[in-house]
Amino acid sequence: MSVPRYWREIPYRIRLEAKKCKLCNYVNYPPRSKCLKCGSTEFEKYILPKRGKLLSFSIIRNPPIGFDKKTPYVIGLVELEDGTRLITQITDIDINELKIGMEVEQVFRKITEDGDSGIIQYGVKFRPKNM
Amino acid sequence: MILRRVAVISYGMTKVDKHWNKSLRSLFGEAALNAINKVKNPKIDAIIVGNMCASDLSDQNNIGAIVADELGLTPITAYRVEAACGSGGAALLTGFSLVSSGVYNVVMVGGVEKLTDNIGKMTSFSLGKAADAEYELFYGATFASLNALLMNRYMYVYKTPREAFADFAVLMHKNGAKNPYAQLPFEINREIALNSEYIADPIRLYDCAPIGDGAAVIILCSLEEASKYTDSFVEIIGISGASDTINIASRDDLLSLKATVTAANNAYKMAKVTPKDIDVAEIHDTFTITAAISLEDLGFCERGKFDKFLYEGAFEPGGIVAINPSGGLKSRGHPVGATGVYQAAEITMQLLGEAGKMQIPNAEIGLTHNMGGVGSSVYVSIMKRVK
Repeated sequence: MSVPRYWREIPYRIRLEAKKCKLCNYVNYPPRSKCLKCGSTEFEKYILPKRGKLLSFSIIRNPPIGFDKKTPYVIGLVELEDGTRLITQITDIDINELKIGMEVEQVFRKITEDGDSGIIQYGVKFRPKNM
Repeated sequence: MILRRVAVISYGMTKVDKHWNKSLRSLFGEAALNAINKVKNPKIDAIIVGNMCASDLSDQNNIGAIVADELGLTPITAYRVEAACGSGGAALLTGFSLVSSGVYNVVMVGGVEKLTDNIGKMTSFSLGKAADAEYELFYGATFASLNALLMNRYMYVYKTPREAFADFAVLMHKNGAKNPYAQLPFEINREIALNSEYIADPIRLYDCAPIGDGAAVIILCSLEEASKYTDSFVEIIGISGASDTINIASRDDLLSLKATVTAANNAYKMAKVTPKDIDVAEIHDTFTITAAISLEDLGFCERGKFDKFLYEGAFEPGGIVAINPSGGLKSRGHPVGATGVYQAAEITMQLLGEAGKMQIPNAEIGLTHNMGGVGSSVYVSIMKRVK
């Protein structure tokens, strides 16, 4: 992961900025050049809600490079309160407690790091609400 | 508007396997010679080759030149197309277009993949690139885990028993056991599938296609000229591609892969057939859940009724449509960029009555369905026996 490749995504991956379409109100996340629903190019900046529910989850047993220390860990598909969906990690949970439909909230966490001298990558994960 | 009708005049494949003693180019050479030797001196004008991982795993780009060189066919036009695991299907659409448009007369469409020339972690890393690097892989998602999200949701919404997915794998292995080209040509039972190790819950090892190497080739020319080269050929009567968002979170419906619906409907319309007319289909079952959703999206199965249709024998000869007589990705194997061309070669074999123990009696119309990513790039073709 090069530094610019990490740094330029900070608004979207850390502040969870999206592009809301001024014509149809669809929230484009990740942001696009044209609205997925109506093709408009008129957007306003929009911050995604911090809470949502778990639509589906999977427990990773075969980790990709850089995630070995965390295995097993949970990947989830979360639907936020406004209907926007994202792929994220579900954290701070015993894997036997996972349930589709459970309420989750956003937390700021370390995602991974590039070996011994690479950059440390941060981002958002979600944990069960009201912990 | 189709300018010229297009025929498949030959096919060739290697067995799918961990070919430690064969390189990217020698695999392609073997499949291509199999195809070339079946027909009378075709003057090949171009090669379109599907491949996904050579740049990562074999340090090689410019695959078109590699295969033209291997076959001594320079200076003809030769290039690679890439659409992740749908690369073979994309090559087929490109080859079809070149022949149909009249730009070239005889086009070789191939696919080649060498997944075993690197360490396992690198292979997984390379295959993962079918997904969204910045918004899926960044978080530690693997390709299997994204498909597992679909499977978990499918079972939650439709209350489908876990065993149904295992039993689909059992059916694929039953078919693949008859395929001389299959990587895993043996039968399994439900217990083996259900007790295999977890890869990304709820996906277990026997829900997944294996990692292997292989190459497949078909040769296309215009329908009018086909009889110059051979007495046995088939026609491609419908073909289409489609795309969807790279990130599965951007989709409204998790339980339908819209690109399959779009590509299939376009291909059915072009071929003037319906799903009921298809006798045999080679579909993209990277994971058992991919098969379940694809069967629904292709119009072979009612939504959420995958288990019911499976147990009624709908996907076997004599049912609604014979699915994956080759064993599919699960048992034949999944040399990613070649898979779409394997499917086209297998359907050609079926329609010509040359499929041996895999033969579906009286197969007249066949379909291929090849997918890249989690349904983000899909290619469907429909072929017909020429009487």
